[in-house]
Amino acid sequence: MKIKSRQNKSELNNVSFYKKKFRFSEWFSEKIIKSIAFLSIAFVILIFVFVFRESLPIFHMDSQEKAGSELLVPESYGSTEDIVKKENKTVETVISEQPAVRPSSTLLSKEWMPVSDNPRYGLLPLFLGTLKVTLIALLFAAPLAIMAALYTSMFAGPRLREVIKPVIELLAGFPSVVIGFFALMIMATFLQNIFGYASRLNSFVGGIAMALTAIPIIYTLTEDALTAIPKTYIEASLGLGASMRQTAFFVVLPAATPGIFAAVLLGTGRIFGETMIALMATGNAALVTANPFDSVRTLSATIGAEMAEVVFGDIHYSVLFLIGSILFIFSFALNAVAEFYLKNAVVRRFQAKK
Amino acid sequence: MINFPFALLNRTKALLMSRNAKDSLIKSFTALSVLLIVFIIVAMLSVIFIGGWSHLNYSFLSEFPSDGMTKGGIFPAIVGTALMTIIMAVAAVPFGVVTAIYLAEYAKESSVFARTIRFAVKTLAVVPSIIFGLFGLGFFIGFIGKNIDMVVNGGELRWGQPNILWASLTMALLTLPVVIVSVEEAIRTIPKEMREASLALGATKWQTIKRVVLPGSVSGILTGTILAISRGAGEVAPILFTGAAYFLSDLPHSLSDQFMSLGYHIYIMSTQSSDVDGTLPIQFATTLVLLLLTFSLNAVSVALRYRIRQRAK
Repeated sequence: MKIKSRQNKSELNNVSFYKKKFRFSEWFSEKIIKSIAFLSIAFVILIFVFVFRESLPIFHMDSQEKAGSELLVPESYGSTEDIVKKENKTVETVISEQPAVRPSSTLLSKEWMPVSDNPRYGLLPLFLGTLKVTLIALLFAAPLAIMAALYTSMFAGPRLREVIKPVIELLAGFPSVVIGFFALMIMATFLQNIFGYASRLNSFVGGIAMALTAIPIIYTLTEDALTAIPKTYIEASLGLGASMRQTAFFVVLPAATPGIFAAVLLGTGRIFGETMIALMATGNAALVTANPFDSVRTLSATIGAEMAEVVFGDIHYSVLFLIGSILFIFSFALNAVAEFYLKNAVVRRFQAKK
Repeated sequence: MINFPFALLNRTKALLMSRNAKDSLIKSFTALSVLLIVFIIVAMLSVIFIGGWSHLNYSFLSEFPSDGMTKGGIFPAIVGTALMTIIMAVAAVPFGVVTAIYLAEYAKESSVFARTIRFAVKTLAVVPSIIFGLFGLGFFIGFIGKNIDMVVNGGELRWGQPNILWASLTMALLTLPVVIVSVEEAIRTIPKEMREASLALGATKWQTIKRVVLPGSVSGILTGTILAISRGAGEVAPILFTGAAYFLSDLPHSLSDQFMSLGYHIYIMSTQSSDVDGTLPIQFATTLVLLLLTFSLNAVSVALRYRIRQRAK
């Protein structure tokens, strides 16, 4: 019996030699670290839930009206909001409590007039404005940043590269309010003198200013993608007698397309959501025109400009949160596409060849 | 017949020359785009420096705004920005460091959980800053603050309104990815041998992290903190409606007070001031102060990061 139990013990010891001994403190610290790490996922979910939740009353009011009830009670946001309002010392805005039209039926109209007797919340001009500014900014930022990245990684010497990279990345260190201020004070006048358009602040000025925030992103990511191309590609191309330019444009650039595409997508996301520059330099008039020299009002600027002056729980408040949800979903989607596209494309291209 | 090779040679020569011309043209074209970007940067810097330098003096930095913000200094805005970024760092850095430790030390690259966290961190980094403002308004003020008021203050309004705490926490969320990325980068430069040596001496994983990994990544944590502060000091959109105030005659005394911030000050002075043209020197000087603040912080972080990279080599 004794011998047997000893054998068992030694077996146990053997097992514990291979298996890690269970330590409570180890297990506990790992669990805590893991759950704190989980918080970043929780935050993303929370952001979406809370931004979307505040926009729900629009649809809620709609269904109430469909049911035939005449009275619109802005969801459980009751007396406390009025106090908040006073405490905030924000400008009182007179908004009729019961709009004549169903709020969501005006969402697709062409007028954004949230503060009037007959408020209309047409998102179309805002969408159009955002699209216009984004397009202008992208047309300016993408070629410039990609060309600059191409120069840095292909043509510049190693010494010059060490200078150019940090200088361009300096642009990322400018707070957007500073770029907005520069655009508002200097660039608007400068560009108006050149092009001679009527309104000083317009989508063109805003677009160029926003391009400045996207350039460092597109530049850095493109540069990374270009330098990630295997040296053998370049050497093979040069060895076949192609010039550096031909190698750059017909070998390196095509091979780096997924990375560049992702870079442009992330740059787009940055421009799309840019608020301070839009507030300061685009003129903030919700017009529906195709002229790049007209003032525009972007989605994000609308939130920034109107949120402080809105009654909590009001339809206008909910519409602003709806715009926020749209912005969130859009940037989330852009990020997801960039991420998966980049991962799959790059892995497929290079992994087998290493 | 003798002519033939020469003709061919000439032809290739001509072809080569045109190719060279094209090459240098394209090359200078790409160089031009670099120059244009650099020119814009230099122009921005010099305009702000020239516009703001003459107005920048001690009294400007140490005085309150006066005469309806058309005169005086920006002292409360500087203090407000400093306080906000400090509270923000206190909230963001521990979370960021722990998440980075998880990603670098515990997580398996292939696990779905770790990949989801990475994706979430990237999402936090690309979500427009105004969304964080909305979230702060809906979650911190509208949900947490209101409920605190209900339970603790018996309905009296104290936390359910914009204040410096909610603004800082909102900003902490925004800067979380910055901290995570730079700390993780620093942790990964710690040689594997050091961890193995610690484990071989009988230390557990947690002990190794506490005694070897964390002390080794102090400079990385510092870099992350500084970068986060520099980012947080410059962002305005998240604090537009979570705590920044137009004008306050007093400094914030408690976490439930509103505050003035440099970036917000620039925004309102240049767009909503009663006398935009008359206060131009103040605006330029405020912009210069903000720019100097963020750039000096960035410079420190670049120097620190350089040291970390050197160690990696």
